[in-house]
Amino acid sequence: MQTDPVTTARAGRPRAASLEFRAVSKRYGSGSGTPVAGTPGAVNNLSFEVPAGAICVLVGPSGCGKTTSLKMVNRLIEPSAGQILLDGVDVQTEDVTALRRRIGYVIQQVGLFPHLTVGRNVAVVPALVGWPKDRQRARSDELLTLVGLDPERYRDRYPAQLSGGERQRVGVARALAADPPLMLMDEPFAAVDPIAREGLQDEFLRLQSELAKTILFVTHDVDEAIKMGDLIAVMEEGGRLAQFGAPDEILAHPASDFVARFVGADRGLKRLSLRTVADLKVEPAGRGDGLPTFAPATKLRDALSILLVADTRGGIALDEAGRPRGLVTVDQIASALADERPAAATRP
Amino acid sequence: MSTEPLVRWDWLAANLGPIAGRIEQHLYLTVIAVAIGFAISFFLAAVSIRRRRLYPLVVVLSTAVYTIPSFALFVVLIAVSGPSVLSAEIPLVMYTIVLFVPNIVAGFDAVPWDVVDAADGMGYTAGQRWWQVELPLALPLVVASIRLATVSTIGLVTVTAVLGDSLGGLGYYILDGYHRHFTTEVLVGGLLSIVLAVLADLGLVLLQRLLTPWTAAREAAR
Repeated sequence: MQTDPVTTARAGRPRAASLEFRAVSKRYGSGSGTPVAGTPGAVNNLSFEVPAGAICVLVGPSGCGKTTSLKMVNRLIEPSAGQILLDGVDVQTEDVTALRRRIGYVIQQVGLFPHLTVGRNVAVVPALVGWPKDRQRARSDELLTLVGLDPERYRDRYPAQLSGGERQRVGVARALAADPPLMLMDEPFAAVDPIAREGLQDEFLRLQSELAKTILFVTHDVDEAIKMGDLIAVMEEGGRLAQFGAPDEILAHPASDFVARFVGADRGLKRLSLRTVADLKVEPAGRGDGLPTFAPATKLRDALSILLVADTRGGIALDEAGRPRGLVTVDQIASALADERPAAATRP
Repeated sequence: MSTEPLVRWDWLAANLGPIAGRIEQHLYLTVIAVAIGFAISFFLAAVSIRRRRLYPLVVVLSTAVYTIPSFALFVVLIAVSGPSVLSAEIPLVMYTIVLFVPNIVAGFDAVPWDVVDAADGMGYTAGQRWWQVELPLALPLVVASIRLATVSTIGLVTVTAVLGDSLGGLGYYILDGYHRHFTTEVLVGGLLSIVLAVLADLGLVLLQRLLTPWTAAREAAR
């Protein structure tokens, strides 16, 4: 509970827990018996496993039960049936307060405490579990730095004095304060404008590559799900799991018409956005003067777009040092989707 | 009469001691009424928040009490409990309830639901959530209701003078001056009770600033 996430991650012992939903249902309305069909937020026989250190995104239309599912993990909502296991232990068997204190919780409206300074907001859980004051302060400064907010400038401000993006960062810092092995994030970036959202997503992924927390992430936005998720659980109305798998598998092999419609007709392009120019085998070529050039991290989707706009069949892939590596063509980009990874899309 | 000055300063100078005593009594009657009224109202507000269906009933009853003319109520109580502090405090307390309850309820209603959700999700116990989150966030409106009730009660205390010379605070001078056609006394009683109300209000504003420093930050950010 009291180790520093940065150092533990660097020492190769990231604190993360595995998470398993085992036939979890939540019924609203008529009480016992069959689930009330179409009740928003109901969950029907949900089962999936998230290995420690992975980001699992619950995605689906509104009312599909994704937030209900998330809130059953820290027992803000109690399931009607089934089990949720955290590192193999049923959360129902744990003291609810202690359970919540070791699970990070980030919500769309952030829910920062307006009456506490940023520094004290971040240290809320450490204060609840009784850390000494100086340790709380040190921890809070450390986390503000981690999320890119200068403690000197921010620790004594009140939430009302922050922008939406800054508030959301403080929300993430607060959720990380007691080094939780699991983070629950409910539409954490939905309330900020698209440009700030993209920045927050990128930063969070960079942070996660160091922290390696287990994360359950809820969104209604397919693009966000594809970008953030190591695993995606697509949910449909009635709280059923429509498909569970890696983003590329879901895009390549939608398990049903619903999933295909939900991920969109541009799912091929979305798969391209999961790959970069560095992933391509390229043909050796000359300097290719006048052709567009691509840094290794350029997404294939962007590379394709650039080639279409430039009205040229090819561009030059550069290596890390900026030297030409070879020729990239539209055909090559198209064929990148053909070398299938083993299809493992599951259909529950 | 025409030669009589508006304010007889010599009377004022000769009565500084008794005036101070009346101010003290005025504050004493006010503080007791506001404190007891607040305690009763807080209980009624807490019940109204838990059992929402009772809230309209609480509001209707406390408003009904407020419609009773205070003068009449004090006079009736002389017959019941005599010219005592009790006779003064019963109406004073009753009149504060209608000012307190809706504001206290509104204060707790104004606590943002996302903040409550976050507190629950992070593992606040119900008691911790109430003391450390809900109460502090309800405080601006709660203190506002204390200001309202205090100023209103300071005004009403003057009417308790009808209970007898031993009561009324500064209201004693207003009634006595009226009976004796002595303007100085009426002015002293009236003006000092206004000054008292203004000072009490300023003091409570200051208290609110100290208790809720974050509201200033919120207003500046707007």
